[in-house]
Amino acid sequence: MKILVCITHVPDTTSRITFTDGDTKFDTNGVQFIIGPYDDYALARAVELKEQLGGSITVLNVGGAETEPTIRKALAIGADDAIRVNAEPKDSFFVAEQIANAAKDGGYDLILMGRESIDFNGGMVHGMVGELLGLPSISPVMTLDIEGDTAKMTREIEGGKEYLEVKLPFVAGCQEPIAEWKIPNMRGIMSARTKPLNVVEPSGNGENTRLEKYELPPAKGEVKMIDADNVGELVSLLKNEAKVI
Amino acid sequence: MSILVFVESAEGQVKKTSIEAVAYAAAMGGDVTAIALGNNVDSSELEKLGNFGASKVLHVDDERLNQGVIQAYSSILAKAMADTGAEVLVLANSALGNPVSARVSVKVGASLVSNVTDLPDTSSGFKVKRSIYTGKAFANVELTNDKKILAIKKNAAEIKETGGSATVEKYSADLNDGDFGAKITKTDKATGEVLLPEAEIVVSGGRGLKGPENWGMIEDLAKELGAATGCSKPVSDMDWRPHHEHVGQTGVKVSPQLYIAVGISGAIQHLAGVNSSKYIVVINKDPEAPFFKAADYGIVGDAFEIVPKFTEALRAAK
Ligand SMILES: Cc1cc2nc3c(=O)[nH]c(=O)nc-3n(C[C@H](O)[C@H](O)[C@H](O)COP(=O)(O)OP(=O)(O)OC[C@H]3O[C@@H](n4cnc5c(N)ncnc54)[C@H](O)[C@@H]3O)c2cc1C
Repeated sequence: MKILVCITHVPDTTSRITFTDGDTKFDTNGVQFIIGPYDDYALARAVELKEQLGGSITVLNVGGAETEPTIRKALAIGADDAIRVNAEPKDSFFVAEQIANAAKDGGYDLILMGRESIDFNGGMVHGMVGELLGLPSISPVMTLDIEGDTAKMTREIEGGKEYLEVKLPFVAGCQEPIAEWKIPNMRGIMSARTKPLNVVEPSGNGENTRLEKYELPPAKGEVKMIDADNVGELVSLLKNEAKVI
Repeated sequence: MSILVFVESAEGQVKKTSIEAVAYAAAMGGDVTAIALGNNVDSSELEKLGNFGASKVLHVDDERLNQGVIQAYSSILAKAMADTGAEVLVLANSALGNPVSARVSVKVGASLVSNVTDLPDTSSGFKVKRSIYTGKAFANVELTNDKKILAIKKNAAEIKETGGSATVEKYSADLNDGDFGAKITKTDKATGEVLLPEAEIVVSGGRGLKGPENWGMIEDLAKELGAATGCSKPVSDMDWRPHHEHVGQTGVKVSPQLYIAVGISGAIQHLAGVNSSKYIVVINKDPEAPFFKAADYGIVGDAFEIVPKFTEALRAAK
């Protein structure tokens, strides 16, 4: 089983989001970067599938040199080698095209990634990669098992789930509870240092959108506190002030 | 401008998020054609789309499309864009809309933006605002290709009734086996309940409720309000509640009119899934709980006392 796991390099979920350069750049000052949480689920399941079926895991990230610690962490968790496409991710099509070009001759049985990144929340890259490679794409995938050349999975739908089967190869956008996140152990961390990390230059046509400006939401007003002995007041506020019930 | 709108349905009815998509397209101006897939949607439902701004509805009456077959849907939408000469495709930002729109964008070479929160600004170029960082910020983005696809975030469009009517036409899709590469073998759907991603009111419980046996009072409150129920991540991790109720950054993102959080601390990852709610009510015994900072109304106190009183007061106010 040859698995490609695509990972994003994103601000830690607790980061304060601010912008610089006239609101055209994300302010990375004091921000800790992590593997995208959904990508982390994809990677964790890949590690389990490799343990069960043998094979290899390649991780891929589209990003500048600053993403290498994140890539090394994925190697420490259990990937065998890594590809970094040396380019600033511009938009989802740009990223998808880089992934598709890198994957095209790789002979991967499975291409896994998170259902969305937690910075741009696009939720589109898996579908675009599937289309570019002419493969089925399924997302958001909640469970994934492989039996021979067939994958059996469940996909989240509004208020429930769907059971699907598809022949390998295909692309999946993953989410929990597909696997438990894996924490790298000492051996993993040591071996990650020497695992191959191949840097390739970008190719393709580029982006379909152009970022103009970032913006922060307006500040939240003060909370109105209501006495615990006067729940009736909450009901009347919701009725008459907020008008939501 | 010619606009195509992909309409999703469930249990024979067009989804509210899809009606919002039609209303959004109508507000953009131009000629709006809607397209519905599968044979489990009532034709009267499709005619009604005229009242929200569609002039025509294309219907692909094929039972293989009753479930969300991502590839087949994308093939049909790409063909329909070409056949109708649509420059823009509008759809709901949803578990189905996103993966489908991604494939269509590649097929037709369109610029695609998801999580769109406002109508486009076409004064110079074609620009939209989208939510990023799980609701913690926005990006203003220009769509640079001739063809454009917009996946609209829930509540981004106001539904207005226009009094118009739509003609429903059968549309043929030319699907092949490759479009059905992924086979759906079974569907499990919570029926009869208010679905969380679409709910106007959500009542959520957290670890403060101590155990699954205490969810009766949350359900009573939700029932009184016609609300959906949700929960924090540890609650679904411990299997107190089903996974599809888990709200937050790694769970369902909701944008109801009213979100009521009971015994939830308000960790940033939970807030990320609820921060586009219109009003937030927080009930927590800890006055320092971070959730109060994000709330519009708050009560400090024991959920076990307050929730039943709240339900009672709602009943009394009817
Ligand atoms: C990468 C990542 C992603 C995550 N994604 C999510 C996510 O999507 N959604 C999510 O919810 N969490 C998520 N989490 C977890 C999150 O950080 C918190 O751990 C979680 O939200 C806490 O859940 P809680 O508030 O129910 O529990 P706790 O933090 O244990 O809080 C319980 C609250 O209940 C109150 N309480 C206790 N007893 C009572 C009582 N009798 N009456 C009233 N109040 C009472 C307490 O004061 C406390 O505030 C994520 C974490 C990480 C690291």
